[in-house]
Amino acid sequence: MNMRQMPALETRNLNLHYGTNHALKNISLGISENFVVALIGPSGCGKSTYLRLFNRMNDMIDGVKIDGDVLFNGKDIYKSNLRVEHVRKKIGMVFQKPNPFPKTIFENVAYGLKVNGVSNKKFIEETVEKSLKQAALWEEVKDTLKKSALALSGGQQQRLCIARALAVEPSVLLMDEPASALDPLSSSKIEELIYELKKKYTILIVTHNMQQAARVSDKTAFFYLGQLIEYDDTKQIFINPKEERTQNYITGRFG
Amino acid sequence: MNGSSTLLPVSETTEKNRSPFSFSREAYVVTREKVVHAILMLCALVSVFTTLGIILVLLFQTIEFFKEVPIINFLTDTQWTPLFQDKHFGIMPLLSGTLLTSLIALSVSVPLGLIIAIYLSEYAPSFLRKLLKPFLEVLAGIPTIVYGYFALITVTPLLQNIFPSLSGFNALSPGIVMGIMILPLVTSLSEDALRMVPKGLREGGYALGASKLQVSLSIVFPSAFSGIVASVILAFSRAIGETMIVAIAAGQLPNLTANPLQPVATMTSYIVQVSQGDTPYGTLAYNTIFAVAITLFIFTFLLNIISFRLRKKYFSMGGD
Amino acid sequence: MNSFEIHALKQRTKDIIFQVTAIVGLLFAVTVLLLLLINVFQDGWGRLSWQFISSYPSRKPESAGIIAGLAGSFFMVSLAALLSVPVGIGAAIYLEEYGKKNRLGKFIEINTANLAGVPSIVYGLLGLGLFVRWFQLDRSILAGSLTMSLLIMPVIIIATREAIKAVPQGIREASYAVGATKWQTIWHHLLPISFPTILTGIILAVSRAIGETAPLITIGALTYVTFLPKNITSEFTILPIQIFNWVSRPQQAFHENAAAAIIVLIAFTLLLNSVAIILRNKFSR
Repeated sequence: MNMRQMPALETRNLNLHYGTNHALKNISLGISENFVVALIGPSGCGKSTYLRLFNRMNDMIDGVKIDGDVLFNGKDIYKSNLRVEHVRKKIGMVFQKPNPFPKTIFENVAYGLKVNGVSNKKFIEETVEKSLKQAALWEEVKDTLKKSALALSGGQQQRLCIARALAVEPSVLLMDEPASALDPLSSSKIEELIYELKKKYTILIVTHNMQQAARVSDKTAFFYLGQLIEYDDTKQIFINPKEERTQNYITGRFG
Repeated sequence: MNGSSTLLPVSETTEKNRSPFSFSREAYVVTREKVVHAILMLCALVSVFTTLGIILVLLFQTIEFFKEVPIINFLTDTQWTPLFQDKHFGIMPLLSGTLLTSLIALSVSVPLGLIIAIYLSEYAPSFLRKLLKPFLEVLAGIPTIVYGYFALITVTPLLQNIFPSLSGFNALSPGIVMGIMILPLVTSLSEDALRMVPKGLREGGYALGASKLQVSLSIVFPSAFSGIVASVILAFSRAIGETMIVAIAAGQLPNLTANPLQPVATMTSYIVQVSQGDTPYGTLAYNTIFAVAITLFIFTFLLNIISFRLRKKYFSMGGD
Repeated sequence: MNSFEIHALKQRTKDIIFQVTAIVGLLFAVTVLLLLLINVFQDGWGRLSWQFISSYPSRKPESAGIIAGLAGSFFMVSLAALLSVPVGIGAAIYLEEYGKKNRLGKFIEINTANLAGVPSIVYGLLGLGLFVRWFQLDRSILAGSLTMSLLIMPVIIIATREAIKAVPQGIREASYAVGATKWQTIWHHLLPISFPTILTGIILAVSRAIGETAPLITIGALTYVTFLPKNITSEFTILPIQIFNWVSRPQQAFHENAAAAIIVLIAFTLLLNSVAIILRNKFSR
């Protein structure tokens, strides 16, 4: 295991409650920079909740209580004086369902810059182009930047959302089943994209698709009933898991 | 892309030459959020101050009133004649007038409203529902003064053909018209409640061979019962507080009677009557309207709260 | 016929009887509405003229008019909307986006629901005690507008809340995820997206304000006004009070005036309501 450098993301003894429901139980996990980590497990196991910890999206839900440390580059994003908006800018997120704003394609990508106080027009234009290229969408939309994002197909919308996340130069991308709402073709495009993006970003991806997890990730974490059961190199998890529950899940015996 | 420098905002790394003040953007954004939060909270508090204002204004003048009139007289005297030489301050005639007109209104709007609601939610083809919903809303949007005119000028003469002993001002005509006025409220709230009933329940009934009416009456209606009760209670509260229809057509005569053919005064019409006249501010006669208003407020407040609780409970139950 | 068939036939008959009853009930409501409109038009159409619209009230019914009431209604309602729209929208945003979790928010929510059901005449007494007497605004347009703004505020709050609630959660998450603050999310996304629905609520609230009579009688708006309001401290009357005044007189000729004024009043409120309903149907899904 490569633990020489400080992990980009880390939780220590993390517990999370929704009211009386103990949703995450004592989770300690470190994610190194420029790694792709897949979070797998049956529905309701807490993997999405865990993902949403890192950009504090759980803050919006009623009755959430968090104990333990959530570190980003060694700093606790809940307890330090980091503003939540900064955390979210540095830790981008792509959601399960494409959620473009009902605005133009250009405005969608530029929005993150706007809210972070960038007003230099040329810089914004360059960034929008760069981000759309990174998201492999530029060629398809370069002539229709002023058109509504809602006119794009589902797959294109999802890549637009990825471009939108990339535009504010995050170092981490959180992806919550980014391909599950798409058709197979769009889905494989997103997967290729993740493969490209891992060169520059640390990526945390929640997925129900075992093949996808095996293909794109370096490491895999298996969650079950709010517990982290096993965390190891993806190869190890899929070929020779230590835990029987992991074995059962990835061979499709439950879930 | 390592260490703490990655946490700097874009503005600081890419826009050094944009504005000499960009270093203070941080503080600006944080302050703006706080200021906006405070302003919005203040807006929300206006609603609390309104309630507080209502209670204080009513209470203040009512206390003045009860300094001169014992509360026991107010509650038990059977005459209400504050504007006459022989003054009596019994709220009962006003209460009976209010209840009489309101009950007439409910006896029109509840059966009619529920039948229409069941029809709209269970039977009506969707085009008809789309046509009728706006119609009901239009009906609800007509100012009550218009209904008042209608009651006095049109409905009362019509009813006099049926009840020759009906006086020109009476409880019946404004009651019926008020029923028409609150019909949209009963219908649309009840329909909302009926439509919340899960489809599965209906299908369960049909699967047993029940007819549409049986399913509607024995499955859907009981399931939606508390939601429907909430809508009826709200309608009752609306009827109690309705002013112009009764002020115009009921006769403003405090009359302890259950006879709908006679003129009556309601709590609201009495307040209008005094407000219109030249009763000097601060006199005992003037303070009566606050004592009446607080009675009115308490009644409607209780009904509203019950209805709100029922509705909230009903809709959150069906919600998940 | 066996007993099952008889039973089925009975049920079918009951079903049909119910439907017929419901349709008769609906027709009854439609008929009443038509009767109301026809009656008012019959009584008032003859009196409706430019003279009627542009004249001040008079002791002689044939030379009386509604200009003072029209002007008063227009100023009073405009000012009331101006006061209550920003505050109402602000309150709704607070309740929906800030105060959902805390006790204050929950308390204000119940409070608002209750205020929506407080009889309008009680608002009139609030206006009388608070604005007319305590603030010494007297029977001015400002006192009337303030009273009316409090009355329609719950309507605006409730409509705005519904509108904001209907914005998909995904939009909020997307905005927050790129580092937008709460207010940025509200200002850039929630308000623009919910604007048509909010507008519908505002129009309905304004329509309600135009037709309200009782609270302004209580605060002492005049019934006989022969001048146009000059500023917000002027005394005034409103169209519904003018109507009330004419209805309350015994002479047939004044009743005709009332009917003519009602045509004008209904024209305004129905126009606004129709606009609101069309707007909503156009933008809802």
